[in-house]
Amino acid sequence: MKQVPALKIDGITIGQSLAIIEYLEETRPTPRLLPQDPKKRAHVRMISDLIASGIQPLQNLSVLKQVGQEKQLSWAQQVISSGFNALERILQSTAGKYCVGDEVSMADLCLVPQVANADRYKVDLTPYPTISRINKSLLTLEAFQVSHPCRQPDTPPELRA
Amino acid sequence: MGSTPFRVPPPTLQLCERGRSLRGQGSPRTMTESSKPILYSYFRSSCSWRVRIALALKSIDYEMVTVNLIKDGGQQFSEEFQALNPMKQVPALKIDGITIGQSLAIIEYLEETRPTPRLLPQDPKKRAHVRMISDLIASGIQPLQNLSVLKQVGQEKQLSWAQQVISSGFNALERILQSTAGKYCVGDEVSMADLCLVPQVANADRYKVDLTPYPTISRINKSLLTLEAFQVSHPCRQPDTPPELRA
Repeated sequence: MKQVPALKIDGITIGQSLAIIEYLEETRPTPRLLPQDPKKRAHVRMISDLIASGIQPLQNLSVLKQVGQEKQLSWAQQVISSGFNALERILQSTAGKYCVGDEVSMADLCLVPQVANADRYKVDLTPYPTISRINKSLLTLEAFQVSHPCRQPDTPPELRA
Repeated sequence: MGSTPFRVPPPTLQLCERGRSLRGQGSPRTMTESSKPILYSYFRSSCSWRVRIALALKSIDYEMVTVNLIKDGGQQFSEEFQALNPMKQVPALKIDGITIGQSLAIIEYLEETRPTPRLLPQDPKKRAHVRMISDLIASGIQPLQNLSVLKQVGQEKQLSWAQQVISSGFNALERILQSTAGKYCVGDEVSMADLCLVPQVANADRYKVDLTPYPTISRINKSLLTLEAFQVSHPCRQPDTPPELRA
């Protein structure tokens, strides 16, 4: 696929972030990243797919190259706003402390990086209070901090935390 | 044997019989209360096709409400459809008291609640391969050539954009299938990956992508199309298929 991420684990290599996460969930099941109830699992997957299929691919690097430099910012903003409009509505019925109820799930793992992209492309988040609230809560958790783009081995000096 | 109860649906949602189209306005009709799942589908939507295949393979009886993505500026933008699925997209499945959007989330729910026949292998590594291939198509190819993106790209560039996006994805997929495929995408059992493959090949045909570089994709697609579930769910056989495209 010529893309990241890819995980080499247990003798296989898996591409596609959600496929990787589901494999980790099935082979290292604690703590859970998907609820036990099938209906809640459906909500987690729906939200994850909304972001991972419905927003991110439309504003990733290769698509933005195709769109051309002049139009890049407005394209990215439009794609993210459109997706966040839908996500904000869905969260009205699924969210508790986090995207689905009160436990961190795969949906939350998709949310935070997408909000970071929204910030990067200067999307106004005022219309999305639930997204903002959940994002803020998640960023207080250690796993979301230690994995942050500003703390990675390849983070350029000017962007480092 | 008593009489079937009738109920006037609330004015915000027009529930229709199987094969009737979603109407933005119009008078409510008296309808039979249905406890069957309801699939919101468009004949040509490749994402809807994936779910139609899953429902057929699992022999799940359902009602269909067709949503025309072109007519009336796109019926997916109507108030009532938005209330049902804020993504304003098909497919959406109303089942067991909830409404699920996103084709793969729907299919995984069906797999967990109606587990036979399987659409995901038992082995976690093979499941990872099935999901990886499904995501490659459902995130890496289809969204980049769907209706709303093509509108943005503009009419002149649409064909070359779609071809480039599909070829790029199929290049990667053909390579991955070298190591995962048996009779089908992953081994010899039909899986969620196969449900994603066939509709995407149909899109490739629609945008005149040359499939010669992708012999494995072609072979698997051809095998799958001989199966009844892939035929009965085909875009050319749907209640909303226009006459000129009907099989």
